[in-house]
Amino acid sequence: MTAVEAGGPALADQVRALLAERADVSQSSGHAVSINVAVEDLPDVCARVQHGLRAALATMVGYDDRSQSGSYRLTYVFAASAGWVSVETAVDPRSPAFPSVTPRLPAAHWYEREVHDMLGLVPEGHPDPRRLVLHDDWPAGVHPLRKDFDPLVPVPRVDNPPYRFHQLHGEGIVEIPVGPIHAGVIEPGHFRFAAVGEVVLHLETRLFFTHRGIEKLAEGKSAEQVLPLAEHICGACALSHAVAYCQAVEALAGAAVPPRAAAVRSLLLELERLYNHVGDLGNLCAGVGFAVGTSHGAWLKEQLQRLNERIAGHRFLRGVCQLGGVRRDVDADAAADITHTLQQVQREFERFIELLLRTESVMERFTGTGRLDTESATALGAVGVAARASGVSGDLRKDHPYAAYGTLSIPDVVQPDGDVRARAQVRIDETRAAFALAMHLVASLPEGPTTTSLAPLPPFATALGFTESPRGSNVHWIRTGQNGTIDRYRIRSASYCNWPVVALAVPGNMVPDFPLINKSFELCYACLDR
Amino acid sequence: MLNVLRATLRMGRVTMPYPGVDEAASPAYRGRPALDAGRCTCAGACVEVCPSQVISLHPSGPDTSEWRLDLAGCVFCGLCEDACPEGAIHLTNEFALAARTRANLVEACTVSGRPTGTRQSVEVSRAQPTHPAAAPNRRIRNLLGRSLHIRHMDTGSDNACDWEIAALLGPVYDVQRLGIDFVASPRHADMLLVTGAVTRHLQPALMATYVAMPSPKLVVAVGDEACGGGVLQGSYAVAGGVDRVLPVDVYIPGSPPRPQALIHGILLALGRAQPYQSFTAQQG
Repeated sequence: MTAVEAGGPALADQVRALLAERADVSQSSGHAVSINVAVEDLPDVCARVQHGLRAALATMVGYDDRSQSGSYRLTYVFAASAGWVSVETAVDPRSPAFPSVTPRLPAAHWYEREVHDMLGLVPEGHPDPRRLVLHDDWPAGVHPLRKDFDPLVPVPRVDNPPYRFHQLHGEGIVEIPVGPIHAGVIEPGHFRFAAVGEVVLHLETRLFFTHRGIEKLAEGKSAEQVLPLAEHICGACALSHAVAYCQAVEALAGAAVPPRAAAVRSLLLELERLYNHVGDLGNLCAGVGFAVGTSHGAWLKEQLQRLNERIAGHRFLRGVCQLGGVRRDVDADAAADITHTLQQVQREFERFIELLLRTESVMERFTGTGRLDTESATALGAVGVAARASGVSGDLRKDHPYAAYGTLSIPDVVQPDGDVRARAQVRIDETRAAFALAMHLVASLPEGPTTTSLAPLPPFATALGFTESPRGSNVHWIRTGQNGTIDRYRIRSASYCNWPVVALAVPGNMVPDFPLINKSFELCYACLDR
Repeated sequence: MLNVLRATLRMGRVTMPYPGVDEAASPAYRGRPALDAGRCTCAGACVEVCPSQVISLHPSGPDTSEWRLDLAGCVFCGLCEDACPEGAIHLTNEFALAARTRANLVEACTVSGRPTGTRQSVEVSRAQPTHPAAAPNRRIRNLLGRSLHIRHMDTGSDNACDWEIAALLGPVYDVQRLGIDFVASPRHADMLLVTGAVTRHLQPALMATYVAMPSPKLVVAVGDEACGGGVLQGSYAVAGGVDRVLPVDVYIPGSPPRPQALIHGILLALGRAQPYQSFTAQQG
């Protein structure tokens, strides 16, 4: 029995004690508790769950349930140490509004703006009611995640007033608009700096340029058909998303993947972490013009991606995960290849890190730059490397183990300073840990099958799947429809939690340090925008 | 400084010889799907499972059908290979699949039997670009063949293609050795290298970028999404491929294309490489 299961019943009791008679508490499985509340009680109950259980907001989902229950529904999912707590409420379609949770829980800010855009549910009292996902030329009153929205009918472009960026007025303050297209080979997003001379006073981001409507595409498809969509949310986090999605479906089907499949998943997830972290450390060098470091990082990343191609047929590890297990086994030859390649790359990695840490011009630019304080990281719900480098521990591999992580010891990597150097150091330490974990996993793969078959999915049931991607936690939430179809698929990537904190880390720094700070967070736009 | 020099010397030269010397992809690499027409019985399992809906079966005679695969939108997942009850489909490790026209990316074979599946024939009219490109221009080769400046633009890709493009600038693929470089401004660019299925939110930026480039200019679509929409067909948020909004000179299929495949496609646009010939084109 895992720690999470053991904590399950206690979790329901904890929640009941916390809320007394305020809410209808039910336990859907050993480690998941859901609370049904009246819409007016939503902010208070969410705040109590967060403070009382010291639980962070993991995701928030809105969906159109008018055909079943006659209303829209909202689910705020919290990650408590003993399991997952969902606070659920119904929103009346005749007056589609709900009291915003954001004033009590700042981490809810983007979720509520998104629900406003995508479902037309108004978060009343939200401090920032501007659009988030949909851009200026999207017509008012058209909400793509409503069930009566027809994706095949073209949506006209209309002439709405432009997005209102915050404006700072004062002597010498200049506004610098950058993007959506940038100078280098990077993804699109818009940044609006307010600066005095070299120093940034304020940064605002306008993202979701790469919004592809993936969540809507998933609706009505079978669980198998949604997996390729999950794999195409993002290239660099392809496997983390695929595994998170598969785990959500497997949870609904009540299936446990065979031990060998779980171990292969963990092994490949660590390979994903490795090529990302190593590549990101190289890219940090590009942020300070240290070309030798950039080239070293690129070469190491290339060796790891070639390994991916040899063992999985794909440089970004697509097509290796399937519902109920893995599509490709790691045979003896592949295992030997992994061991040999990782040993060699690790040796070169250590030399690269030694060079990096001993180059004063690099460390000087890293130290003190782009500081994110612990309080902001916690309040806005930062995850992954960004959070751990600001003194906030938390790693789903340890806290809510999945795949084969329950049997492994994951070191607690935390740095207190919150600057670029701290984020680099967290990546260095996690890379070393990932080398060790991958070597251990490949040397101790259990025997046995690599897939199991899934029972038919129950209709109108919900489940969570989650992984700790190289960038932090990915939380996938699914709800089934009839006949094993997916009715709602909510993808919350690590980048979704971390983009808002980038804007907090930049003020006070020089404009030319922005690319470095941005690279140190290394967030995906594709993961965010979906 | 000495440390840096020592590290550089120790690393040595890592640049690959492609395209001078062909380097095969790993045997495990999932490249072009090949159909063994003799084994196909028209079961239609491949049509059913294809996530980007690029495989179709069309009755072509009393007992025969035409099996078609549009490589442009193929994500090379291999689900068709897994699903085929006859083992008639096999993913080869061929990766140099760039072509100048969508038609050259459509594989077609005559097979015996007639389709029975529920999701048969997806219309291949999708393979017709809305904005056909002009015939390749000799002037372009003369002007740009030895010195090409590329502006990359992500119109909403899943970022895998972009990471592979970024690798072209690294020490391993180093396209500068081929007279190719990337520039920041479209004003300085000869080629627009586009990834992504063209999202609604980026279409205005794509058009502005294209207009800002001086002529003659080349447009190259990179990856399943830019070439044919990939798994995003039917979304309210994308145009479904670059040739829905701009004339495309070269298509580089892949999900994402490997860096060598990108080099092949870029050189093809310059007339410095041979296009991929689909099985059908070779027969014809």
